[in-house]
Amino acid sequence: MIPRRGTLINLQVIMNNTDTNNRVKSTSTSSVKQDGAEFQYIELYSQHHETIKKHSAYVLNEVRDEAFKKFCTLGFPDSRLENYKYTDLSESLTVDYGLNINRVRFAVNPYDVFKCDVPGISSYLYFVVNEGFYPVSTPRNETLPQGVIIGSLKTAAEEHPELVKKYFGKLSVKQNDGLVAFNGAFAQDGFFMYVPENVTIDKPVQLINILRSNADFMANSHNLVILEKGAKAKLLVCDHTVDDVRFFSNRVTEVFVGENAQYEHYKLENVHNKTTNLCTLLVDQDTSSSFLGNVITLHNGLTRNTVEIDLDGEHCETLMCGMALSDKNQQIDNFTSVIHNKPNSHSSELFKYVLDDSAKGGFTGKLYVAKDAQKTQAYQTNKNILLKGTAKMRTKPQLEIYADDVKCSHGATIGQLDDKAMFYLRQRGITEKEARLLLMYAFTADVIDNIRIDALQDRIKLLVEKRLRGELSKCEGCVICK
Amino acid sequence: MLEIKNLHANVNGKEILKGLNLTVKAGEIHAIMGPNGAGKSTLASVLTGNPAFEVTEGKVIFEGKDLLELNPEERASEGIFLSFQYPVEIPGVSMVNFMRAAINEQRKYRGQEPIAATDFLRMMREKKELVEMDNKLTNRSVNEGFSGGEKKRNEIFQMAMLDPKLSILDETDSGLDIDALRIVANGVNKLKTPENASIVITHYQRLLDYIIPDFVHVLYDGKIVKTGDKYLALELEEKGYDWLK
Repeated sequence: MIPRRGTLINLQVIMNNTDTNNRVKSTSTSSVKQDGAEFQYIELYSQHHETIKKHSAYVLNEVRDEAFKKFCTLGFPDSRLENYKYTDLSESLTVDYGLNINRVRFAVNPYDVFKCDVPGISSYLYFVVNEGFYPVSTPRNETLPQGVIIGSLKTAAEEHPELVKKYFGKLSVKQNDGLVAFNGAFAQDGFFMYVPENVTIDKPVQLINILRSNADFMANSHNLVILEKGAKAKLLVCDHTVDDVRFFSNRVTEVFVGENAQYEHYKLENVHNKTTNLCTLLVDQDTSSSFLGNVITLHNGLTRNTVEIDLDGEHCETLMCGMALSDKNQQIDNFTSVIHNKPNSHSSELFKYVLDDSAKGGFTGKLYVAKDAQKTQAYQTNKNILLKGTAKMRTKPQLEIYADDVKCSHGATIGQLDDKAMFYLRQRGITEKEARLLLMYAFTADVIDNIRIDALQDRIKLLVEKRLRGELSKCEGCVICK
Repeated sequence: MLEIKNLHANVNGKEILKGLNLTVKAGEIHAIMGPNGAGKSTLASVLTGNPAFEVTEGKVIFEGKDLLELNPEERASEGIFLSFQYPVEIPGVSMVNFMRAAINEQRKYRGQEPIAATDFLRMMREKKELVEMDNKLTNRSVNEGFSGGEKKRNEIFQMAMLDPKLSILDETDSGLDIDALRIVANGVNKLKTPENASIVITHYQRLLDYIIPDFVHVLYDGKIVKTGDKYLALELEEKGYDWLK
């Protein structure tokens, strides 16, 4: 069993001993933007930016003040913004979250505490606990191919400043998004992966983001993934919550897929209902590279995935998939942009949602084809099933095409389960409940088929089935939940 | 086995069956013929409990039970099987999972244990041979991308797997070429026992060259207007339906 109580007490002790500096809570309510949720964070930064910088690296700090300034202008996005129409953060932002800007370590080793719930998956395993990369590794990570660097972004920025500097922030600073700016101001660390030219990482790399705290907590982390020319890698990111408090996580991941490189990015979200999980995934693809993204939300509270894929070379292949199974009051918004800057690339998107109860789903598929990006082929599909009249889905294809020799399509459907198929299954003796399950499961099958790690695919199939059966009312994967 | 008395049924508020009577005993094959819109497919839908159809009057007793009280899956588990005129494509549900679910749900209904994996696979293999079905088809999703003939063959394959007491074949011959027709009919004949019965709904006499009926009924405007033996089918083929009005 897991020493849950011990863990928590430890954390509390560390926090108490080091007093307010470790876990700064700003409760000031005076002066200018009194009504805005931004105010307390602006004040926090103004007071503690030295501390924030002290516990981060120079490369990250270089752009920090700039990001902060941007955040002061933009603030947190609200649903009045076109790009955030389907994400309402107002309630989440009323919570007084603590931040661990002094980078206090957790006394518990996640390798001991966390047992991966994907049986048979052989991976290089790493943890980000709240906002920081967990520095201790496991022996099985020692067999990484030569030249590959995987570890803490902060450490990498200190040890390989030139390398990190070349890529860090190159995509995020261009974003005109309050959450990304906020991350730029507050993120001190994160996950870093570098795959040198023509190197293939034989096994998937697994990054587990664990949220744990004894009080309402906010985590900001910045991940950087670099694949040089001809490199190949697969990354599986799992988001989990461990403690029953309000969490607010705001993570930015920048990915650079070099010429002829192949990268697969899976994100599996299994967090509790009190979590606000904001993820920005920014991908830059070079000539003839391929990218497969698959974001799967099995259980969540409020989730926003912002995905932007820039195709900056010719002959790129891009496949972006995602699915969400939501019920109760869960909210999930996938905001995706695929930007074809160069000719002759193919992209497709496939997103599926099954929404029950009062769940709310949002999908935006922005597609931009630049004037010179001739012979672009871009497809987009978003299909949704609403199981109850109270569930809501909003879907928006948004195509901006400036080239004249392209093939682009989009399609969105919102509906119920197929009556004819239901009757067909029932006529064979399958009960109505079971038939519904089979059909819901079948509905998500093509997204699951796009998981190219066999052990993960099998596991997701099982988790989806359990989820659809209602057996997964809590998040699975974190041993503490069980 | 089956007794239908004065059956009236509506679809979308329109009366289609207008007092139909039919008795089917174990070991019998009944052919139902009739012009378009007579109510043949409606009869199949009503017997299997399709929720789109509403029974307004009459009784259906199957093996001593009031069939109209049962939901579709209960009727199936009691032993009623419909070979659909238009089998539905269900992408994402594999044939294997579908068949396993169907067999185990029916076994559960009858208070039996789930089928053992090896028995299930053996059964799949045997029954596939019966309808000369390609292995590749059972590895695919239910009916997805199947040709018309493959879909119908798949219906008979499922019938073989589920071993029903009463099978209703709704225009199983439509869309079949001669070879496929023979294979499908062969499958049906091989599955015939003195304990089960079939209702064969068809437009054409052709199918009845292969599946020899004990009775031929003419369904016209929601009622059975004439009953005869297999020679009635030949007569209909020659004269059409007009003379029966």
